[in-house]
Amino acid sequence: MQTKGTVFRYNDNVDTDVIIPARYLNTIDPAELAAHCMEDIDATFVKRVKQGDIIVAAKNFGCGSSREHAPIAIKAAGISCVIAQSFARIFYRNAINIGLAILECPDAHDGIAAGDTVSVDFDTGKITNVTKGTTFQAAPFPPFMKELIAGGGLVPYVQAKLAAKK
Amino acid sequence: MPMTMTQKILAQAAGLNQVEAGQLIEAKLDLVLGNDITAPVAIREFEKTGAGNVFDKSRVALVPDHFTPNKDIKAAEQCKMMRTFAHEKGIENYFEVGEVGVEHALLPERGLVGPGDVIIGADSHTCTYGALGAFSTGVGSTDMAAGMALGTAWFKVPAAFQFVLEGKLPKWVSGKDVILHIIGLTGVDGVLYRSMEYAGAGIANLTMDDRLCMANMAIEAGAKNGIFPIDDQTRAFLKEAGRAKYTEYAADKDAVYERVYTIDMSKLRSTVAFPHLPSNTRLAAESTHITVDQVVIGSCTNGRLSDFRVAAKIMAGRKVAKGLRCLVIPATQKIYLQALKEGLLTQFVEAGAVVSAPTCGPCLGGHMGILAKGERAVATTNRNFVGRMGHPESEVYLASPEVAAATAITGHITDPNEVA
Ligand code: SF4
Repeated sequence: MQTKGTVFRYNDNVDTDVIIPARYLNTIDPAELAAHCMEDIDATFVKRVKQGDIIVAAKNFGCGSSREHAPIAIKAAGISCVIAQSFARIFYRNAINIGLAILECPDAHDGIAAGDTVSVDFDTGKITNVTKGTTFQAAPFPPFMKELIAGGGLVPYVQAKLAAKK
Repeated sequence: MPMTMTQKILAQAAGLNQVEAGQLIEAKLDLVLGNDITAPVAIREFEKTGAGNVFDKSRVALVPDHFTPNKDIKAAEQCKMMRTFAHEKGIENYFEVGEVGVEHALLPERGLVGPGDVIIGADSHTCTYGALGAFSTGVGSTDMAAGMALGTAWFKVPAAFQFVLEGKLPKWVSGKDVILHIIGLTGVDGVLYRSMEYAGAGIANLTMDDRLCMANMAIEAGAKNGIFPIDDQTRAFLKEAGRAKYTEYAADKDAVYERVYTIDMSKLRSTVAFPHLPSNTRLAAESTHITVDQVVIGSCTNGRLSDFRVAAKIMAGRKVAKGLRCLVIPATQKIYLQALKEGLLTQFVEAGAVVSAPTCGPCLGGHMGILAKGERAVATTNRNFVGRMGHPESEVYLASPEVAAATAITGHITDPNEVA
């Protein structure tokens, strides 16, 4: 699986309160959530984002609350992949559970600028900055998580488990 | 191989004699929690699993605390969805307005969490129950749905940092100052993926409310959980909460910690976290230049009885500074009632503060005290991210109830020693 898009670049500690502010949490509709995605950190994000675009961030992306609305909003806004130096653990879990692609890569943040075109190969973890002609290697997923993602997230996993019990 | 306290609890819940850091396990759950923001998403996902019924009607807790009493029509619809689900599935621990409180104060008070339990909650501050020797951690809504369906969850066994607490806190310094000090040391991602395990003789000098506040903010250091050893204070708390059955675990003497911090609590002073990170800490005494529009005393961090007792002690007979709004929000009905009986609420109202029904309210910028552009609040809550309490250009300073009360009187950030 591959994706290619324009980069939105952010720094350390992008928290779930700026990804989707709590004032919008009175809905669970992905499209409504997406309409306010990143509003408090990047007011023009929603206007500029196109299907397939990529977020590149530094450390501890998604820190703060456990709201799954955060990865849901990012995914529904059209983002195909988030690349960060590290992720907050609940965000990491949530992204995998809902099938938002995320990659941990120590060097990508320094080597990619906002607006660059980047392509990602999820099988190999290879990230290519098409604009600059450079490449970066992301950490591969542990096998259990690969299985979870390949199966379509946690819900199909639960369905399979329940079926096996019967 | 020796194990940490967290690892021992997880090993038992996974039916294993031994686990080690990094291992993926499937553990049995003692409780699955959700609130009015996260449960609606979880309910939608739960229905997709086709499970039909929850794994155990007595082991699911649904707590509508964030936007209640319903702040608007959409919030009312979300609560209705929870209520209907709870009714249909026969869930025993659903709490209606009138008995509801902020989840992480309510569940310990009701004896629903205890030593040795493995608990997931679709709320990041689920780590609070580590104060009682439980393994508890925040997850997302899909995890909650899976937990409700299967009664199990997958975990990566965490490594640990140890925090050795020595000595006794000075007057007007409390658990909040200890945890803010620690987060200032580690940074907001310093303990990422790991357990914060507490040890040391100083723990005996911390009240249960102090410990609940400290475990609550483990997530603010990026940790998976924060956990305290069990002592007589823990046992007394559990007895009072009506929790009779539980298993006590202790870390092996030779358990391995990736890092050990030793903290002499007698050296700590009132501490404040400046915007917009809980790790951005300074001493209150050095922050007096910050003028404040609003003070909030409440939340799952510091909305407990001892917090109101100490705040009332500082505020009694004094007036809230002119032009400042002071909000007092007891975390549960039980706390509210006791504060009422002790005359604390009278003292707050006489001082010019407003007392609210239990709710998360302003803590997450929900309702009941939202900040306008450019406004500043001192809050006993746990997060001060951009826009957390309202307008993206407003500011939140995190502090203890002692500092919050002193600040309410003077109108600027104040070390309680200056006024009391
Ligand atoms: S009081 Fe604040 S931190 Fe605690 S559960 Fe409510 S919103 Fe979350």
